[in-house]
Amino acid sequence: MTGLLAMFRRLEGPQTAGRGPAFWGLFALVLAAALAYPQFSDGYTVGNTVYFFVWVFIALSLCLIWGYGGSLSFGQTAFFGIAGYGYGILTINFGSAYGFTLVALVAAVAIAALFAVLLGYFMFFGRIAGVFLGIVTLAVTLMLERFMAQTAGPEWHIGTARLNGFNGMSAMPPLTIPWPGEPIVLFADVGLYYLVLGLLVFVYLALRILMNSSFGNVIVAIRENPERAEMLGYDIRKYQLITFVIGAALAGLSGVLYTVWGQYITPSSMGMTAAALPLIWVAVGGRSDLTSTVIGTLVVLAAFQALTIYGSQYALVFMGVLLVLTVLIAPNGLVLGVMNWLGRIATRLTQRAG
Amino acid sequence: MDIATHVFSALYQFGDAFAFLVLSACGLAVIFGMMGVINLAHGEFIMCGAYVTAATVHAGLPLPLGILVGTLVSALVGVVVELAVIRHLYDRPLDTIVATWGLSLIATQGTLIMVGSTMAGVGTPFGSFQVGDYSYSIYRIVLFCAALGVLAALYALFNWTRFGVLARATIQVPHMAAALGVDTRLIYSLTFACGAGLAGLAGGLYAPTMTLVPTMGATFIMEAFVTVVIGGADVFLGTAPAGGVLAVVKSVMTSWQGQLFGQIGLLVAVIIVVRVLPKGISGFVLRERT
Repeated sequence: MTGLLAMFRRLEGPQTAGRGPAFWGLFALVLAAALAYPQFSDGYTVGNTVYFFVWVFIALSLCLIWGYGGSLSFGQTAFFGIAGYGYGILTINFGSAYGFTLVALVAAVAIAALFAVLLGYFMFFGRIAGVFLGIVTLAVTLMLERFMAQTAGPEWHIGTARLNGFNGMSAMPPLTIPWPGEPIVLFADVGLYYLVLGLLVFVYLALRILMNSSFGNVIVAIRENPERAEMLGYDIRKYQLITFVIGAALAGLSGVLYTVWGQYITPSSMGMTAAALPLIWVAVGGRSDLTSTVIGTLVVLAAFQALTIYGSQYALVFMGVLLVLTVLIAPNGLVLGVMNWLGRIATRLTQRAG
Repeated sequence: MDIATHVFSALYQFGDAFAFLVLSACGLAVIFGMMGVINLAHGEFIMCGAYVTAATVHAGLPLPLGILVGTLVSALVGVVVELAVIRHLYDRPLDTIVATWGLSLIATQGTLIMVGSTMAGVGTPFGSFQVGDYSYSIYRIVLFCAALGVLAALYALFNWTRFGVLARATIQVPHMAAALGVDTRLIYSLTFACGAGLAGLAGGLYAPTMTLVPTMGATFIMEAFVTVVIGGADVFLGTAPAGGVLAVVKSVMTSWQGQLFGQIGLLVAVIIVVRVLPKGISGFVLRERT
């Protein structure tokens, strides 16, 4: 009981912005609004919101590895794709009866995490750091894309699942929860919305606890100064590997949910552009904090979609400009800047009141 | 089929792979070696060189002149990019990666909007010759010679000219060079332009051999990155031998299992090399700089 209490106390701490009743009141308000939202909206818009939420997981994974851990990984989309394809292959082969889709979800995320263990072992125990980490992960991602894109022929299949080359896999069953009477099929509207929202809140809170625990403090210490952390007796390779694997699992979760959402996955979800987008959301949001990453991702995604509607071809140019400007002008992220500013105002007000 | 033709075929494929690796990597290696900056827009500089070369050739100029124009235009674009973006980020190496990635997005999509999804290519010059049962393109031999020529020219530039001396001084101890009156900012600008120009040269040289699409840079960058990761900062002690080793891996894997496995072989080679040489050449340079 005290252990549980101590864990909840870690929801606030030095590594995450936002504390006190004001923050949690706001959090509860936003959560309540998110819970009530499908009642006031149509199925299509709700499905679209699910699409936004799906991307938040990969953004959080990048926030963890890059923002907190200080290792820039371009490989998140690789884990995204591996898990997405994993889910497709498993469910097309074994169907969706007896709640197997949920097993496939967990298994696909585990495959992505396993791949991260392998890759991460070579990188972190080979002491690759800084820009080289980025390049190696990027090379792996591009390689995977090229590999999947050339699997068009009928000889490329796993079980009954054809890989279908550049067109990608489709028609995998949606998530299904076994239920006495009739199983509940989660199509990309209200049903999936609540599942994804629940997962999102869980992951967000769990990451807050993780980052404020001693593990999180060590991760941040390694980002600030790897040599010093090592001199203090921490095996930084192990910590970095664990962070990398957690991040990969989150990116994998994102991939599975994406596959479930649209019931397709293509190699281009691992391409250069796909790899750049999470980076933009996280950089613009503010990579060193979970809350700003979530807000930034949702805002930039919404803006990107609006832009795509009005001038589809210019949207990517705009994203590129946004990224360059953010790096030049607000390296810590725009949303985080605004959040800190609001925080300062709030403290000033409370001080004046008290 | 006697042994001689087999040997020639293997050598030809090795030369082809070597030329591709060295030409696509040396621009990246110069910029990285000098400034510790990884230029993720490298592929787009290559694309720029290829497009300008093709446009010049379509305008009626001969191919060598077109390649020269492509190189110069890329170098100019490099100067502009350095002044506008890179210059402000020298103390933040990770952010330069992110910023250059943004630039690459802008360049790829911008080209798509302005020029369209494809551009009319340039015919491969010189034709081909026959050895044994196979015919080989003469232009590939020219590319191999060009790769050797570029390495030689870079060696001459960095060892025998005043710019080279100043540049090497700037790499070793930047503030000492500055204290001795070297305009290090100018040196950085020129180096970046040199790297961008080399990328443009690679693009121009390969323009006659491939389809010109806005995403063509992506075909080069993996090979370029892999070569630079293994080779490290020094163009002569790093890029050239790394190009040699990787060319063997690539040509053997390619002739055994096909193009894709050639690339997978490269990737596996890199991951293993980096693991086996724990401190490696990699990471060393950045630690030197910071």
